Amino acid sequence: MADFADLVLQAVNKNGKVDTLELSELQEVDHQKFVGAVKSLQSLGNIINVEQKQLKRFKLTEEGHSVAENGSHEARVYSNVPPEGITQAEIMKIVPNAKVGFSKAMSAGWIKVDKQADGGPKVFRKVETIEDKVEKCMQQIKKMNLENIADSQIAEFKKRKLVSEEKVTSYIVTKGEDFTLNVSKPEVDLTAEMIASGSWKTKNFKPYNFDALGVPPQGGYLHPLLKVRTQFRQIFLEMGFSEMPTNSFIESSFWNFDALFQPQKHPARDAHDTFFVSDPKSASGFPMEYLEKVKKVHSEGGYGSQGYRCEWGIEEAEKNILRTHLTACSARMLYKLAQQKPFKPAKYFAIDRVFRNETLDSTHLAEFHQIEGLVADRNLTLGDLMGIINEFFQKLGITKLRFKPAFNPYTEPSMEIFSYHEGLQKWVEIGNSGVFRPEMLLPMGLPEDVSVIAWGLSTERPTMIKYKVNNIRDLVGPKVDLQMVYDNPICRLDKH
Amino acid sequence: MPTVAVKRDELFQLLGKTYTDEEFDQLCFDFGVELDEITSEKEQIEREQGKEKASGASDVVEYKIDVPANRYDILCIEGISRGLLVFLEKLKAPRYTTVEPSGEKQRLTILPSTGQVRPHAVAAVLRNITFNQERYKSFIDLQEKLHQNLCRRRSLVAIGTHDLDTLKGPFTYDAKPPADIKFQPLNQTKEFTAPELMELYSKDAHLKQYLPIIQDKPVYPVIYDSNKVILSMPPVINGNHSKITVNTKNVFIECTATDLHKAKTTLDTIVTMFSVYCEKQFTVEAAEVIQPDGTKINYPSLPYRFEEVNVERINKQVGIDITAEQMAKYLTKMCLVTEPLKDGQNLKVEIPPTRADILHGCDIMEDVAIGYGFNNIKKTIPDTNCIANQFPLNKLTDLLRQEIAGAGFTEALTFALCSKDDIAGKLGNKIEDIPAVHIANPKTLEFQVARTTLLPGVLKTVYNNQNMPLPLKLFEISDVVYQDPTKDVGSRNERRLCAIHYNKTSGFEVIHGLLDRVMKLLEIPYDKTNGYYIKASDDSTYFPGRCAEIMVNGQSIGRLGTLHPDVITKFDLNQPCSALDINIEYFL
Repeated sequence: MADFADLVLQAVNKNGKVDTLELSELQEVDHQKFVGAVKSLQSLGNIINVEQKQLKRFKLTEEGHSVAENGSHEARVYSNVPPEGITQAEIMKIVPNAKVGFSKAMSAGWIKVDKQADGGPKVFRKVETIEDKVEKCMQQIKKMNLENIADSQIAEFKKRKLVSEEKVTSYIVTKGEDFTLNVSKPEVDLTAEMIASGSWKTKNFKPYNFDALGVPPQGGYLHPLLKVRTQFRQIFLEMGFSEMPTNSFIESSFWNFDALFQPQKHPARDAHDTFFVSDPKSASGFPMEYLEKVKKVHSEGGYGSQGYRCEWGIEEAEKNILRTHLTACSARMLYKLAQQKPFKPAKYFAIDRVFRNETLDSTHLAEFHQIEGLVADRNLTLGDLMGIINEFFQKLGITKLRFKPAFNPYTEPSMEIFSYHEGLQKWVEIGNSGVFRPEMLLPMGLPEDVSVIAWGLSTERPTMIKYKVNNIRDLVGPKVDLQMVYDNPICRLDKH
Repeated sequence: MPTVAVKRDELFQLLGKTYTDEEFDQLCFDFGVELDEITSEKEQIEREQGKEKASGASDVVEYKIDVPANRYDILCIEGISRGLLVFLEKLKAPRYTTVEPSGEKQRLTILPSTGQVRPHAVAAVLRNITFNQERYKSFIDLQEKLHQNLCRRRSLVAIGTHDLDTLKGPFTYDAKPPADIKFQPLNQTKEFTAPELMELYSKDAHLKQYLPIIQDKPVYPVIYDSNKVILSMPPVINGNHSKITVNTKNVFIECTATDLHKAKTTLDTIVTMFSVYCEKQFTVEAAEVIQPDGTKINYPSLPYRFEEVNVERINKQVGIDITAEQMAKYLTKMCLVTEPLKDGQNLKVEIPPTRADILHGCDIMEDVAIGYGFNNIKKTIPDTNCIANQFPLNKLTDLLRQEIAGAGFTEALTFALCSKDDIAGKLGNKIEDIPAVHIANPKTLEFQVARTTLLPGVLKTVYNNQNMPLPLKLFEISDVVYQDPTKDVGSRNERRLCAIHYNKTSGFEVIHGLLDRVMKLLEIPYDKTNGYYIKASDDSTYFPGRCAEIMVNGQSIGRLGTLHPDVITKFDLNQPCSALDINIEYFL
């Protein structure tokens, strides 16, 4: 490339003006090489001035080339006719393109035909010598010389498909402001070699395009919802809560409902709301002493409660389901806690999947992640519950909270947690909370003065609000948009 | 949570005060219900059926109020206004009483045959009631609300209300073979037999849901009067003969049930709410129900009971410090008429029949807190000191996730439920060979089983992101579920790591490199006896000769390999893909 650039520069220096096409013909080099050289010189600044020139030129076709070399078809027909003549059939056989050649030679009056001759029509020369103008023209056109060739001839050749027309862009190069014969291309990058040799001191460096974006890094990316999960875990750990084991999606109705004093005829236990397991259908191995107490508090009451006064059957409790809430895990943990004597206060949390056989829409899936936190200690108050919830949400950057009375079979009081959403300009529900009922705790064997306060929320909802995701399927599941995952910022829940 | 629609102006008239929407919203919030929506019949029809259909519909403002699922006493405008008036101390909670009629009591005899299908019944009479259009509509609506809610779609309790003046007691609650039951049902012009009715209502959008409750029983419940007029065939339909109208003066109410306690609560709820329109307000005429064993029980039961609660204990539970008198006042505001006892330390709380939700002292404590106002309670922080621990499996998971993302793989989050085909056919396996947990009632194919491998979810993620530049390198660390008879629920979760490389070339070496990296992270050396190595293995999910089992300390923890082209095709993909799938619980 540099060689061609040099050739251009020298030619410009010598002649003041150079046409790249002429130069390429002169040097007998492909024109494109010079075009490339000019472009590269242009990119270096004002070394040369360049003007474009469009021109038409004619090029021989393959057939045209063959004419330029071997003579026109008609001339070849003529030269193959011996003085004594030849049969038309024979000549047609031995000369290439004889059909065209024969008719052209006839119309030029170079040959004649005796149709009455023995053995079929016979061809004879009509003139002694011929001048093959077509061949000459082809040789001339090959050299790009159109002198003395009439337009009508060109048209004829085009028609005979001996020449074709092409458009060529050539460049007229003149000296630019900073013309020099000695071009050195500015360096794109600093290299180890330059540092070693010290050549960087004398080199020019191409200006860096600061408006372009960088190359994306090759790393992988964490999922946005799970980044949110990590933050929630962090918050609980900061607050001194221990993580509960939640690695069992399958749960018995006993732990999911009965242990929570959720009546056996409760609508949440309908197939409309809960996924039941057909295989393995039933759970077993319940702590029977405890189970009997649960049965009693449901059917007859006790511990100061009226109970539900309806039949309680173990068959219903044995039914395996996909857990509908993490409170099932809380119940197992609290039961375990109750077996430890003496009682030790506990703070627990969990974040994991739960399942609901609900109607799906843009904000509801059959499975979602729930967050649950609970404190078990003596003499906890409702004020404590609201206080700790307040601390928790402060860490999420949510400061304006209010609590609404609500109903939940296993908590009393039950409170819905609302926060004021500045964007929506209204109070929105962000979670649920309550004090576990004595009918749930006392059968487990927890001391009477121990209260358990708890609250819960989903991870999907705050994540959707935070990242402005409208359809939950864009966030969770296989339809997730990986670009969204790649582009997702770090998760700082307290940063709005 | 049930939603009750009430006409705003009608409600304000009952409350004797006009509120702004904001004021009313606040009142609801404090009372423990939620003003969910402000709308009108017209607006709702417009939204649901389009503008044309709405022309002529009423544009009277309606409040839609969400009420807690256990508060059956505020499921109608009568109950809501009464509750709010008591809450605002403008009204004393009414006292509901059962009265004996001047003449004979209405009598309902339960025949033993009902034991086969629906054994319980209760009844009562609302005497000299005055309906108008609104009251009548509210009466019907309340029954519907109760049917959906407390009565669990009529399976536990079914309510029938009848114009007593069209009937002649005593009544009989019987159960008969379906073919023997024939009557003109509500709003029909001719008589049908019970089987004909079942056929007729199987196409009825509203009633068909109740048919399965009795469909397959040998006998169907039916209530007759002394002239053999059928009052109802519970829980499906009433007879047309005794249909109540806006002009009905005396209402006979029967509730048939499989749960007697709930039947009583249902009956109590209806009569307490609507006895307000009786000539003698809040009185209900008793009816006698004769049990199959001959015992006679009077209904409604309208139970008032007393609970004693300790003032100091409630103060401590709520986190407030109020006097016995204040506490009594708050409870009275919640329809629980309360008096401080002489000792000054305890309260005597009367639980009226309308408050069936009060099961325990803690329910009374809640009403103190509501009366005081949740948002007036001082927030405190419990001084429960605990050392926090992470669940080790989750800790390991989180640490690995970070590192694998750092190694260039992007995290997927896929569903734990999937179709049988996802874990079987599509991966070249047979469902019978997989110890998967099966779901009994999936609404769609996507929820047939709990996944036993993370691979299908990750491959579906690839399928949905084929527009992204290659290679796609994805991973997921999450739980799969296997049957496990040693566990109480017969199954267990297992935490696994799955990673895939999807590109124009299989990239086996990339996935293999990830395995080496993960082993390095877990401090497992490459060693055939005391470390890890991989050995050729056969697995129909993988391309023959391109699958290896991963051995750690002589134990298999999973596989890696290039996926079988059939697997790739079955997930509608078209590029080679290599995968790693291991159990990480081994490394705990």
